[in-house]
Amino acid sequence: MPSPDPAVAVDGLVMRYGDLVAVDHLDLRVETGTITAVLGPNGAGKTTTLETCEGYRRPQGGSVRVLGLDPVRDRRALLPRIGVMLQAGGAWSGVRAEEMLRHVAALHADPLPVGLLVERLGLAECGRTPFRRLSGGQQQRLGLATALVGRPELLFVDEPTAGMDPAIRRTTWELLEELRADGVTTVLTTHYLEEAERLADHVHVIDRGRLIASGTPYELTRAGGATTVRLVVTEPFPPEAPVSLQTALGPATEVTTINAQSLLITGPADASTLAKVSAWCEQHGVLPESLTLGQRTLEDVFLQLTGRVLTEPTPSGAAG
Amino acid sequence: MSAGTFAPSPGAAPLARQVRAQALMETRLMLRNGEQLLVALVIPVMALVGGVVAGRRGGIELDGRAVDVLTPGVLALAVMSTAFTSLAIATGFERRYGLIKRLGASPLPRHGLLLGKLGAILVVHLVQAVVLVPVALALGWRPGGGLLGALAAVLAALVGAAAFSSLGLLMAGTLRAEATLAAANLVYLLLLVGGAVVLPRASYGAAGDVLAVLPSAALGDAMRAALIDGRVAVVPLLILVAWAVAGAAAVSRFFRWE
Repeated sequence: MPSPDPAVAVDGLVMRYGDLVAVDHLDLRVETGTITAVLGPNGAGKTTTLETCEGYRRPQGGSVRVLGLDPVRDRRALLPRIGVMLQAGGAWSGVRAEEMLRHVAALHADPLPVGLLVERLGLAECGRTPFRRLSGGQQQRLGLATALVGRPELLFVDEPTAGMDPAIRRTTWELLEELRADGVTTVLTTHYLEEAERLADHVHVIDRGRLIASGTPYELTRAGGATTVRLVVTEPFPPEAPVSLQTALGPATEVTTINAQSLLITGPADASTLAKVSAWCEQHGVLPESLTLGQRTLEDVFLQLTGRVLTEPTPSGAAG
Repeated sequence: MSAGTFAPSPGAAPLARQVRAQALMETRLMLRNGEQLLVALVIPVMALVGGVVAGRRGGIELDGRAVDVLTPGVLALAVMSTAFTSLAIATGFERRYGLIKRLGASPLPRHGLLLGKLGAILVVHLVQAVVLVPVALALGWRPGGGLLGALAAVLAALVGAAAFSSLGLLMAGTLRAEATLAAANLVYLLLLVGGAVVLPRASYGAAGDVLAVLPSAALGDAMRAALIDGRVAVVPLLILVAWAVAGAAAVSRFFRWE
């Protein structure tokens, strides 16, 4: 039965590490029964925010409510109701995958059958291998299984598919979709745009500890009916190119630099815009290599909002 | 897959069940680990056999039959092996691999985790006793003190385990895992050789009086008093209690869970 209260309510959260402000007056909501993605580059404050929701860290400013509870003060009441998947590690170095899963199951009142999760997440292949010698992807799958085994209402997964191969990643996505169908709320952090676009009902884009955009993937990428024109040229642009192209196109469009040889033009991609782009190329002696029309992706949204590219993660496996 | 497989049904298991699961898991991992077994069983057995053989050849001078003097000390050493060295190393790597953090998000409360560790230590102590006592008897050990002595020895082992485990946790919770590994082994060796645990303090000459305040010597003294003379040695037990209290206070102040 859907509850009118959000599963997670973060209001004005501030978190600092010394002088570094990791989370800067962040507000966000996670509605019950959704998969909500928190998207942002490394160091955006995603993990810090998640760990504050999980009760590991006390908010230094603002407030956090999870399932209506204070994650620090009501920690004991909250913990059995949430499932937590850490970014890395989270097991004894010498434990076997299935043994670890059985152990966490034993801490819960009504755990899922261990065999079901072993099968669904392909953990049988881990056999008797100790945790420290499992591959990064195997450790991730075990981490997800231990987060799920207690039948939580709310699941926090931090970079769930980092280090997984593409086939396993798709299986994991299907599993998360099945959880949603069964009424589990999921909060996931990711910097894989494909993951957010495929899975999430709602996306919060975070950069430098601030919420910079929020909405369904559709709302974020199709906002204002905007489409994109991607211009790639054979030689690097002259330095004044973005400004002069912006002037030529007028205020209805927005020109963003992707790199020395490509620009992203967001706005109405109509014949008039294309004609203006061609004319500008001719005037400036720029030879287009490609001119592509497309829908915006979350990557484009992020680039437009921050002027930066969401970078690929460094592969994350076990700590150390 | 039928609908509703993953339908939420959250809840914590009863604390007793959680603690039992934790204790059994930690015991299993300890007994499976070769280095832990070396410290828990092989070194005490070697100390006992080596000491008795050396005593028979007149290599060491003891007040009484070598096996009767050395066996209580070796049992004290076994407590130190598990409650201090094994616990410190295991806990150090649990922090390093994020296990403690992971369990911090599970229904198992911290006191449940500590009770589980304590349970595992006591189970390993039983295994050690089951191995060491027959070896000592085979070497001709005649325990003095009767039933009271045995009870006094169990009391000493429990208080000693409390003192050494608080020191082991203090080390594991403040140093990096590699540093804990090195330091826990080094301290163990130093106490084994110079801590009046296996050998009575009398064997250390003038230094013996100073050594009395060490937890190793206090546990050795308490064990020898119990299993040679059949009495409860109050002063050594109080020294161990003081170490346990100081260690626990420092753990609650300085232990970092991640």
